[in-house]
Amino acid sequence: MWVFIVSEIMFFTGLIGSYIVLRLGSAGWPRPGEVLNTALLGINTVVLITSSLTMALALNAAEADRPRASGKFLLATALLGCTFLAIKIYDYAHMVHQGFTISSSLFGSCYYLLTGFHALHVLSGVIVVLYLLAASRVALSSTVVGRIEYSGLYWHFIDVVWVILFAILCLV
Amino acid sequence: MGLGLEGKMNPTDTPPSFLRRRLFSTNHKVIAVLYLLTGIFWLAFGGLMTLLIRWQLAYPWQPIPLIGRFLFPESGGAVTPEAYPMLFTMHGGIMVFFAITPILLGALGNYTIPLEVGARDMAFPRLNMLSYWFLVVGSLILLVSFFVPGGAAGFGWTIYAPLSSSTEVTPGWGQDLFILGLALDAVSILMGGINYITTILKLRAPGLSLRRLPLTQWGLFFSAVLNTLWLPIVAAALFMVLCDRRLGTAFFVAGPLAPRAGGQVLLFQHLFWGFGHPEVYILILPVWGLVGDLLSVFSRKPAFGYKATVLSMLTITILSGVVWGHHMFTSGMNPLVGKAFMFLTIAVSVPTAIFFFNWLATLWRGSIRLTVPLLFALGIVYVFAVGGLTGLFLALQTFDVYVHDTYFVVGHFHYTLAASVLFGAFAFIYTWFPKIFGRQMDEQMGRLHFWLSFVLLNMVFSVMMFVGLHGHMRRIADATAYEFLKPIQPLNVFLGWAVLGLVASQILFFYNFFHSLKGGKPAPANPWEAGSLAWTVSSPPPWHNYEVIPQVWCGPHEYGAPGLTDRDWISQADPRAKTLGES
Repeated sequence: MWVFIVSEIMFFTGLIGSYIVLRLGSAGWPRPGEVLNTALLGINTVVLITSSLTMALALNAAEADRPRASGKFLLATALLGCTFLAIKIYDYAHMVHQGFTISSSLFGSCYYLLTGFHALHVLSGVIVVLYLLAASRVALSSTVVGRIEYSGLYWHFIDVVWVILFAILCLV
Repeated sequence: MGLGLEGKMNPTDTPPSFLRRRLFSTNHKVIAVLYLLTGIFWLAFGGLMTLLIRWQLAYPWQPIPLIGRFLFPESGGAVTPEAYPMLFTMHGGIMVFFAITPILLGALGNYTIPLEVGARDMAFPRLNMLSYWFLVVGSLILLVSFFVPGGAAGFGWTIYAPLSSSTEVTPGWGQDLFILGLALDAVSILMGGINYITTILKLRAPGLSLRRLPLTQWGLFFSAVLNTLWLPIVAAALFMVLCDRRLGTAFFVAGPLAPRAGGQVLLFQHLFWGFGHPEVYILILPVWGLVGDLLSVFSRKPAFGYKATVLSMLTITILSGVVWGHHMFTSGMNPLVGKAFMFLTIAVSVPTAIFFFNWLATLWRGSIRLTVPLLFALGIVYVFAVGGLTGLFLALQTFDVYVHDTYFVVGHFHYTLAASVLFGAFAFIYTWFPKIFGRQMDEQMGRLHFWLSFVLLNMVFSVMMFVGLHGHMRRIADATAYEFLKPIQPLNVFLGWAVLGLVASQILFFYNFFHSLKGGKPAPANPWEAGSLAWTVSSPPPWHNYEVIPQVWCGPHEYGAPGLTDRDWISQADPRAKTLGES
């Protein structure tokens, strides 16, 4: 799992590195808050960080062999992930409505590419968590606990990527 | 990390039904053979394309005899100006990503890693199957791309922007399919890499410390590390090119081609070579390891300086990530940065020289058995020396500016990437064929195949360097259009015939391979009298390799150890090695 996450880190390194180079080499770049809805994306950041907390609590409960609590936290994680995606879709729709699309400016291209790939990762994360939820309902075996642990790593990784994206896209 | 693999795989499990066993198998040996056959298919495909390329260069715009009318009916059988860039693009892309990679990583890695580390399968067998099927889908997409309107990709295998990233200059969907096929192949290799690293680190048999690992496995390990680090970078770049082409973004387009404020064209080259240079080592590291093992086995001596060899491979793995700039000396680079890249590139020659001299020292005063695998290993030692030494010239900014984008560069990277790696693939096949298929390949035919390939290959690639020094640019379709290249046109004719000879001599290999599958002599468990674990099981090995996971007592190269009386080698799993002491 660690090896996989290293390669994922390199993938986002490639994307974010390109973003930095493009931004430094570009003449006009919108100031923070000029285009993006910082408040909405800020809420999304809180949502995702909370989901990391519930994921950690799910692992805690699973290790303590409390399947009901663990299931509840997994469900909460999946729901928070879905909330994040829903807000993301609303955000995209709103942006496109305002004429800010993937091809309208270089910043737009970067924004949709970076957050789009991130959203795909969240989506696959939600699917994995739902699968774990189903598996832990059947039996909370040591294999399932292990899987919750590895998926937790992945979930936290997605979270960290979002925090970095939020910082470089909305704040600076 | 408990993978629970030992428990899951019971050695008495009967193999599943035919389709599950042959095609949709999770067994590493079956997957390796599938990789091998896929790689050989593409090797033949990409190899035959060179005939068309060299025909065009030898006899520009002349109709190709026999097959020309079927390939290029609209021009009466001659290569068309549109088709020529397509040919060299697809030749490069196919050979690097779909021929050599599946054979040297897919087949060599999948087949040898579990056997040599004493495991029953890879750490993630299902991921392994998925990785192969990603390659199949990528391959199909590549094949389809030849038949879409506009033909296959023609922007060069390096996919340089803005040629690649603007549909105004490269409109065809074949270009997109090429990028997509490459991206799928990248994902496939990535999954393989994760599997190799985990297997080598976690599934080694008891007693098999990292210091007792065969060199091939070390090479594969470092290669997998490079894969997991650098492939995602090129994957990101490829996705960005696709967005540029079809979604109207402008990451890599600028100037008049860009729809609005453009991005940076050079950024693509940085991303591509950031991966592209490690890719060279991704392909060659397993070959270096293989050569180290083969020289030891066939000179009946321990590999000289085992630890130094592994350390220099590690050093190269690290250095490979910081030398990509030497591909871009003429792309518009700050001379000071260029100088840094130049020194780093030259620094690679230090670890390279270390294991190179280790190879020579391994051979020194050995009891050499001149088998076909050893011939190919020695061939690699020679062609790699030529490729490596010309690489030193090219690393010098001042020289590189003069020969950049000429056939000197083409000759150089074919010596390292084509000749060394191709011989590596042959060395692998000739060595492991008995283990994989339980039959031996014909020795005499193998020798003939080696000598013909060796001589012709050197003719082709050294003459390429000569015409390059004369100023022959790469990727041009017709040298006679340039006054200063007219005197060397006879060399292009010579190259055409030499390549034809080289391709034709591979018929020997194909005949030998497919004939020996059924008609070869049955192979014993250990035809080469090698010490590593794989040769302790029968040929071909049982479905789950090891009835009992072996206990390892010594390193892989214990040849001619003083305590041995009845024979000059000892298996890693032989308890008598305890009395020989630590290697």
